Amino acid sequence: MAVKKFITGNFYDEAVLFPAVTKVRRAGYKIHDVYTPFPIHGLDKAMGLRDTGLHTAGFIYGITGTCTALGFITWALTLDWAINFGGKPFFSLPAWIPITFELTVLFASVGMVMTFCYLCQLAPFVKKDHFNARSTDDTFVMALECTDKTNEQEVIGFLNNLGAKDVEVQYRETEWWLGRYDKDTKRFERKVEPVH
Amino acid sequence: MGLLRYESQVRPPLVNGDKDYHQVTEDICRPVETRPSKAWWIGFIISVLVLCFGIVSVTMEVIYGVNQWNLNKTVGWGYDITNFVWWIGIGHAGTLISAILLLFRQGWRTGVNRAAEAMTIFAVICAGQFPIWHMGRVWVAFFTLPYPNTRGPLWPNFNSPLLWDVFAISTYFTVSLLFWYSGLIPDVATLRDRAKLKWRKLFYGIAAFGWTGSTKHWQRHEALSLVLAGLATPLVLSVHTIVSFDFATSVVPGWHTTIFPPYFVAGAIFSGFAMVQTLLVVTRKVLALEDYITIEHIEVMNKVIVLTGSIVGIAYLTELFIAWYGANTYEGFAFLQNRVNINSPYGWAYFIMMGCNVLSPQIFWFRKMRRNLLVTFFMSILVNVGMWFERFVIIVTSVYRDYLPSSWSTYYAPTIWEVGFYMGTFGLFFTCYFLFSKYFPVIALAEIKHILKKNGESFKEKMTPVENETLYEFVEKHGHDHGA
Repeated sequence: MAVKKFITGNFYDEAVLFPAVTKVRRAGYKIHDVYTPFPIHGLDKAMGLRDTGLHTAGFIYGITGTCTALGFITWALTLDWAINFGGKPFFSLPAWIPITFELTVLFASVGMVMTFCYLCQLAPFVKKDHFNARSTDDTFVMALECTDKTNEQEVIGFLNNLGAKDVEVQYRETEWWLGRYDKDTKRFERKVEPVH
Repeated sequence: MGLLRYESQVRPPLVNGDKDYHQVTEDICRPVETRPSKAWWIGFIISVLVLCFGIVSVTMEVIYGVNQWNLNKTVGWGYDITNFVWWIGIGHAGTLISAILLLFRQGWRTGVNRAAEAMTIFAVICAGQFPIWHMGRVWVAFFTLPYPNTRGPLWPNFNSPLLWDVFAISTYFTVSLLFWYSGLIPDVATLRDRAKLKWRKLFYGIAAFGWTGSTKHWQRHEALSLVLAGLATPLVLSVHTIVSFDFATSVVPGWHTTIFPPYFVAGAIFSGFAMVQTLLVVTRKVLALEDYITIEHIEVMNKVIVLTGSIVGIAYLTELFIAWYGANTYEGFAFLQNRVNINSPYGWAYFIMMGCNVLSPQIFWFRKMRRNLLVTFFMSILVNVGMWFERFVIIVTSVYRDYLPSSWSTYYAPTIWEVGFYMGTFGLFFTCYFLFSKYFPVIALAEIKHILKKNGESFKEKMTPVENETLYEFVEKHGHDHGA
């Protein structure tokens, strides 16, 4: 994707933010995102976001871990290299429970964290555009995406009425790119003019 | 929004002082963004020096073999496994605080969880050193892993508690690290966005993984934390259970008891909370975070200490009772002759353990003592001394006199290299903790902000009129107000 045009408003109180989110949606504007310094319960519902499927992914990873552990130990100790430990059965399930449990937890956790990072596009050296650096400190930043039909002045006035502060138009990159935060890199930094 | 923020005045605030979100950020980021104090440098240098001594001790052991330690015919596990169990026990508090208390919706955990989780990770790193270096031929440590090797392939014994330990501890370390770091990402992003210096922007920019604070990301982050907490809760209980299996599944009198798993888990929480207290009582003072780690936090943790200390006490007494009631000669000998008997060679260790773990925490039945920082600090040290002796008693007094009196060892005492190794892990632990407290926020920023409007002092005061409303007024004013 590319650089898009947004109208952003800053909020400093959840009590102002919540009604604003509802009213903006009711008025038919498309909320690109709300950036908050901490999780606000109910904001995702208010914004109409659907539930995350991360739990389900975690369950699947966990089951994978269980099957891996049980399957592997069974194969190793009964088929591949059966060892007689004091006359006990080769298939000694109770003794395998600890490792099975540990691998279930390990697969579920590692898998979930990796899925989380993939879905949210989080990784070292990933850089994303910020609407307001204070959104990780104390400001709730609401960004509305503009289309060709958007009447900027109307939106700005609307957000101001809802209690937003410092409402402004911003051009921002919506995707991530590889970059460093100490350097002012952009996603499409060097646009080479086509040679005719 | 009234109801959303309402919390009873009966509960004391978790954040003192008149704070807003920005003030919270300022307070918690200050230690990270200012130059370290002289005390920090002194502490850090001492830790690094002690760590160096530890490295020398381990090097001696690697070059000359486990013979550098005073282990003998019957005492095959001495200082090192004692220290292993001790550190791994300490490493239980962090995940307990962040996972179990998250599931129980305990708001006070937010003030202490980040530092406690960090402590957990460092303690597990220290714990892991002991079994690894005890192997002697440490360069073949990877033999414990089931990898397709050229010897068959020959698989490790999946029925062995020692292998369960390998899996349990490496899983515990991985999950704790992921849990800790996934919680840290938003806070690191805060530091990144506040950074003025070039290297800070670079460092925190890399470490924050490009976090923006998008609502969708927060939604996933919340889901992740909750599920990780749900996974870490049985995990934390399983790890010390499995450590106790190292002993309980053997046939050594004194180890072969079914009470071990719950008894070890309670002991782990006990010593872990004590270590959290040791660190936080100092940290809150040095970093001026008294408003976030309040006396209330200290008091609550002291309550956990008296509870778990008493559970451990009951376990000790139960063991003694069963040793007598079970009428097994060997078990009776291990408990009644080698432990409780003050005249036996290690009788003193047993009574240090009893005094520190069972008797001394009872002081925390008194509110005044629970809220006294000096007493708390002193007690936290005492508890960890006691818990170290518990592991020493369990390990050494069970094995130094085995079934064959001719092989009864002489008195087991550690060599300088065993002590040096132990000291070295202290160096490692505190070096890590000093670096953590300098470069990362020791308090979970986002989580404190999350509870601020409900549990902050200034916000609670605003709720006083709500508290005084009649039920009718309350419903009338706040009943239909769900933020719409």
